[in-house]
Amino acid sequence: MEIFLVGWVAATLRVATPLIFGTLGELFSERSGVLNLGIEGTMFLGAFIGFTVASKSGSLWLGFFTAVLVGMLSGWLMALLAVRLGVNQHVAGLGMTLLWTGFSLFGFRLIFGEPKVPPSITPFQSLSILPDSTFLGPVINQHGLTYVAFLLIPLTGWVLHRTRFGLNVRAVGENPEAADAAGLDVYQIRTLALMIGGGLMAGGGAFLSLAQLGAFTYGIVAGRGWVCIALIIFANWRAVGVLWGALIFGGVAALQLRLQTMGLQLPYELFLALPYLVTILALIIAGRNASAPAALLKAYRRE
Amino acid sequence: MFAVQMQGIVKRFGGLVANDGIDFELKVGEIHALLGENGAGKTTLMRILYGLYTPDEGEILIGGKPVRIHSPRDAIRAGIGMVTQHFTLVPTLTVAENITLGESGSLLDLQQIETKVEALSGRLGIPVKAGTPVGQLSVGEQQRVEILKALARHARVLILDEPTAVLVPQEVQALFEVLDRLRREGISVVFISHKLHEVMTVCDRVTVLRDGRAVGTVEKSQTTPSELARLMVGRETFGVHRQGERPSTGVLLRVEGLNVKSRKGAVGLHHLSFEVQAGEVLGVAGVSGNGQAELGEVLSGMLQPESGRIWVGTQEVTGASPAELTRAGVGRIPEDRHASLVGELSVADNLVLDQLEHFSRHGVLDRNAVRRNAERLIAEYQIKALPETPIRTLSGGNMQKVLLARSLSRNPLVVIASQPTRGLDVGATDYVRGRLLEQRARGAAVLLISEDLDEIFALADRIAVLFEGKLMGILNTREATVEQIGLMMAGTPLKRSSVKEADRG
Repeated sequence: MEIFLVGWVAATLRVATPLIFGTLGELFSERSGVLNLGIEGTMFLGAFIGFTVASKSGSLWLGFFTAVLVGMLSGWLMALLAVRLGVNQHVAGLGMTLLWTGFSLFGFRLIFGEPKVPPSITPFQSLSILPDSTFLGPVINQHGLTYVAFLLIPLTGWVLHRTRFGLNVRAVGENPEAADAAGLDVYQIRTLALMIGGGLMAGGGAFLSLAQLGAFTYGIVAGRGWVCIALIIFANWRAVGVLWGALIFGGVAALQLRLQTMGLQLPYELFLALPYLVTILALIIAGRNASAPAALLKAYRRE
Repeated sequence: MFAVQMQGIVKRFGGLVANDGIDFELKVGEIHALLGENGAGKTTLMRILYGLYTPDEGEILIGGKPVRIHSPRDAIRAGIGMVTQHFTLVPTLTVAENITLGESGSLLDLQQIETKVEALSGRLGIPVKAGTPVGQLSVGEQQRVEILKALARHARVLILDEPTAVLVPQEVQALFEVLDRLRREGISVVFISHKLHEVMTVCDRVTVLRDGRAVGTVEKSQTTPSELARLMVGRETFGVHRQGERPSTGVLLRVEGLNVKSRKGAVGLHHLSFEVQAGEVLGVAGVSGNGQAELGEVLSGMLQPESGRIWVGTQEVTGASPAELTRAGVGRIPEDRHASLVGELSVADNLVLDQLEHFSRHGVLDRNAVRRNAERLIAEYQIKALPETPIRTLSGGNMQKVLLARSLSRNPLVVIASQPTRGLDVGATDYVRGRLLEQRARGAAVLLISEDLDEIFALADRIAVLFEGKLMGILNTREATVEQIGLMMAGTPLKRSSVKEADRG
């Protein structure tokens, strides 16, 4: 039982990591007033770029940071469409997801061809802080990026609430007219928020290919971006809430993997669906009192 | 010494000339009124000064030096602050956060900012609570935050766009005291208004705009309200007033113990009971957001009451749908005229939208009947449009006429008019008020929900005041004073004794 618990907690933290990256990225975007439905595609792009750069250069970290950088460019492109040009945010975001999904698959085939055995790299190894044999070893010995993800939560809260940049982001997301009248550049602030957001999303995607899998596959992101969109509502657009949301989803996802192996006579699809069912349930409970940034989905235009 | 000089300002919006070569000069340390009707170009001119619009022609001088103002940022740098009608505050941020928004720096030391804000508010005599989210403040308090925000950025010129429109009379008095103090600090104030008595109370000089032109600048001491009125509208007197009292001939609208649950960000209604007689206008006064919208929606069938009962004539209509209410004899002139008309449809179609059953046979529209109906109503209500004109191209006044025609042509027993003249010019306002008084003369019961106290006093036989969804009392208009209504609007319930005093007086 104890081994089960320790294993479960360790897996939960691992599963939660890309979700935290993605959700914090979406948090920056949405607090500035832009729903970025490009998240699924940006995570996919991050996974692709991270894997490709790492496998060609041999440096996992170079892969990760390149992915983050490209993600920021993706955020910039989203800003060009949804902020500068005022394109409908749903359309722009879904367009970005389609674009990056197609781009990544195409690029992957160009670079790696169609080998029988999918190319792979040696992924990030877990840190060894405690010997694995000790009781808490598996929980503590996580990937460095997992620690980064969990540290990013308070950092994001601090940036949003204790810095001028964060105040500006919150202001343009709530009332861009007010921010404009106060002399802020609404476009610039939203663009920056989307770029930070894109970088984080791509970082989450890169974690999947560089730490979790060591490969790039078609189903690598598997809807995690959409889960992040739901987690934002669950988190009520607050950084702390992101922690609980990612832990609940990660916890159930890790649990269902264990339930599958316990030999219960149930179709495995049922277990796979479990985290999503729990997400829906959590949304129903928490989402009722959620209050989105007032200017979310509204392109800002000066009269 | 001029703080601001604007010379030959021209601003066009498509074919419309909003500002047509306006000259405007603001002295240092004066309160200068910009007076004019809706659409005269007052707000446009000041939005140009504040960098929200770019002028097509003309020059702006600050302290004698020509400047280019392309954005509010430029204006703020030039020492200009503006408090617009719709506050530019972020409701979820605190007072201090709102005030510091737009300043430079990287970290946010909230405590230090709050101390600074409180020091400034103490010096200027503008009390605010620095740590409170702005969304929790009253409208008057939010306005003070707006003023402080401008002054915190060292504004030497403060533009106030119709600052009293959202305030109760007591708050207006407090605002005037603040303005007086600012004048003594050497700050110049531009006071945009269309209310003559306020201009005469607080301002030093007045510039009158009409149809996008400046028709004159006068010293207050050398003018009279009637001269200003003549300059403003081009004629001496204006206004529509009810005539005479009507004997009561029975209750047409009765509301008993009405409760409505409060929705997110809005008040509910609590134990509302009142009656409206045939041939009577009951005015419902109150500061915006105290339950007027909810009352209008309940009586139109758009919102279901939690408890309580409503009668129209002898028929109970509690919980009836909008269509059932229409059949029961309720005509409504809704608050949001854009939401009550379909912009892409023609005038003719909009005029029959809520009574299609009378204009169709076996589910097929009788286009000829629709057109005849439209031609008749367009003539009768002087709507400046053709039957096939799309509604969205009409002016606000003509849209309102379409709504009036649609609901009043059926001779309703009860008329529910919510903010019927908001945003209309003087001509259209007079027209709408005249039509409402016609309904009263015809013997309908009129419920007039309005935030314009002048309108309530001009039209209503009795005045009910709403505060936070509760009825503060109902007064006969000839016994009511503006001060008393103001107190009730601020939440002081009517005391029986004060009515008697008013009776004796």
